[in-house]
Amino acid sequence: MNYYITDNTSTQSIALKDIPEVEYAALYEDLSERLKQEQYHIAHYFARPEQSRLMFYLILLDDEKHQIMVARFAMEYYDDIALPSLTALHPAVHPFEREIAELYNVEFGAMPWKKPLRFDENRRCRTSTIDTYPFYSIEGDSLHEVNVGPIHAGIIEPGAFRFTCNGENVLHLEIALGYQHRGVEDEFVATDNRLRQTLLSESIAGDSAIAHSSAFAMAVERLSNNKTSQRLQAERTIALELERMAMHIADTGALSMDVGYQLGQVACEALRTVTINTTQAWCGNRFGKGLIRPAGSNKPLTSEKIEMIRKNVEEVGRRYAEVSDDIKSSPTLLSRFEQCGIVPRTEMHRIGGVGMAARASGLGRDLRTSHPFAAYSTKLNHESITQHDGDVMARLMMRCQEVSQSVEYIKQLLATIDTTEAVPAPNYEQTLAPEHFAFGLVEGWRGEICHIAITNEEGKIDTYKVKEPSLHNWLALALAVRGEGISDFPICNKSFNLSYCGHDL
Amino acid sequence: MIFSKIKVLRSHGKQYIPDLNDVTLTEEFRGRPVLTPTDDMSDVEAAATLCPTQALSVAPFTLDLGRCLFCGECALRAPKNIRFTNDYKLGSTSREALVVTPQTEKIEFHPENIRPEIPQLFSHALKLRQVSAGGDASVEMELNATGNVNFDFGRYGVEFTASPRHSDGVVITGPISKNMAEPLDICYKAIPDPKIVIVCGSEACSGGLFSESKAVDRSFIENNRVDLWLPGAPTHPMTFIDGVMNITGKKQR
Repeated sequence: MNYYITDNTSTQSIALKDIPEVEYAALYEDLSERLKQEQYHIAHYFARPEQSRLMFYLILLDDEKHQIMVARFAMEYYDDIALPSLTALHPAVHPFEREIAELYNVEFGAMPWKKPLRFDENRRCRTSTIDTYPFYSIEGDSLHEVNVGPIHAGIIEPGAFRFTCNGENVLHLEIALGYQHRGVEDEFVATDNRLRQTLLSESIAGDSAIAHSSAFAMAVERLSNNKTSQRLQAERTIALELERMAMHIADTGALSMDVGYQLGQVACEALRTVTINTTQAWCGNRFGKGLIRPAGSNKPLTSEKIEMIRKNVEEVGRRYAEVSDDIKSSPTLLSRFEQCGIVPRTEMHRIGGVGMAARASGLGRDLRTSHPFAAYSTKLNHESITQHDGDVMARLMMRCQEVSQSVEYIKQLLATIDTTEAVPAPNYEQTLAPEHFAFGLVEGWRGEICHIAITNEEGKIDTYKVKEPSLHNWLALALAVRGEGISDFPICNKSFNLSYCGHDL
Repeated sequence: MIFSKIKVLRSHGKQYIPDLNDVTLTEEFRGRPVLTPTDDMSDVEAAATLCPTQALSVAPFTLDLGRCLFCGECALRAPKNIRFTNDYKLGSTSREALVVTPQTEKIEFHPENIRPEIPQLFSHALKLRQVSAGGDASVEMELNATGNVNFDFGRYGVEFTASPRHSDGVVITGPISKNMAEPLDICYKAIPDPKIVIVCGSEACSGGLFSESKAVDRSFIENNRVDLWLPGAPTHPMTFIDGVMNITGKKQR
């Protein structure tokens, strides 16, 4: 089958007319074969109305050849035909098909899990509301259901969880999301103010503000054919790694708290504070909001800041390693973390898991290796860390190892920054190529982030699509708790730490 | 095993901020802005056009912190007219007080708006329920941080509860998504009287970037009395701590 082929180091967008238009039958056949192999996975698959037609876009990633493959197909908007469902063969496709079905009432034949994805305000399919979500239920005298949410017991975002339990053991968990839906994608299109769009990208998921705003900046820079300097790329990579460190440490603290390991909890809380305060001392915001801007930066590193960051990450790295050593030498902690919440590699592949959680199961999904961007493609020779057990411990060890890797990368990159080299100010006025398609693919701390921007004939963004890694990994959490005691749910949940707002948009 | 713990403890040392009334944030932090009018306001006009949430107005020259996302872009466009200080004391009992004018030297707290039962009942302990309604998790993480080992707001009896039945009020974050409007209302009704309402973050104060979104429902804010407005994107833990200490009479700005 015919794809438009590009890669993640390309600085150009793709003219819509250059994306081959194929038949669904051919695409279906091609994908049913390709998705069997770990080499391929879908970065995004969505539809949008184009005149009287509904145009479907597919972005397929080839991890081995480091290629990004784009294709599209159309159906008449009012065609009443059912497309054979890919989810039936490859559950990994489920969030995409569910979104398309919800938004445009497209019928996917033989689709196994026809449920709304996020109760989007624009959905055409209104057979259910968020209050009447069709939870799966199992009948049986020995079974009971536990309903949690949408508001949770801690200070976290809302989502409705329903556990079907046999005694203390979880038989099935279903997660209904959409409570956080606030119309992010529509707001991108509703404005021409590039700064407003940048701030929108920063608020897709606050814990990944740097990763999402980097993806936005990459998409916009491609649309304006803007080549960013090596220095800017390095600074963005430092910011990404700082974000990764901060969140991995925060999650280590959260896991410690949930097993009553107070020492680890308070140590990690303090270390996270140092890390995010480092980001704050760089850019004025603890989450890195204001740091990533299209085509330039308002906060180029100075030699004082370089020294401050180097000193702080070194200190955090050293102290965090002590916590991680303590975890590994505490049998009471290991007995909670090991062999708990297992998602085997084959399952992870089947459901399309990405990022850190996939790597903990041995599935090497890491855009930094497979589709390198920014400094990962030039200054760093990134080697993905993987674990094999796919349990809570594996996901925790991923964090411990990635933090020390991040410390090294940050130090390495800081050393390359030449502060005499000028960094341009951000540009919010750049004209975008009309009728073009551009992507931003970034490996955030949680995993693969994919943004897609499509412009109309006037060069305005008229479709903006966002994919958060959580979109795939929520199902991994549901599978992880199967067969576990319900009291282990909190540590399984924290070991993934998925985003509600990034999923609901 | 014990040695690795001692190592962690030794490196950890003491982390708490000894006096929460004596905290200075980094110079880079963007807090309360200072506005200086000049004869030529063309820079401010350019900044106002760019302002992503229309928080900045030229005539009259004001900056509404309830809408502001503290991106700092206006201060770069109009450096003679707008400057962000590191003053984190941004909360107020009055929504109008969040609008900064050239005369603003501090954000007025307006203690006269505090209902008398709040300091009477909650000055020793205040238990809050947090509801995220479309928040992006950053404000939520900052609220979590208020109780962490550094800020340790729990030392003043201010904590978050797991149930509205156990709480004295609600802290709302996010622009209030339509899908959360009803759960928020149910939660609020489940809190025993008298109860306080705190809105936390510029998105919660005004809807922020989502004030015009169809997927947002602001009726809760219109129908209920808000006791404390806390701007920020996200609200810094110190902004929250300062606001709550003022409203419970633990200090006066």
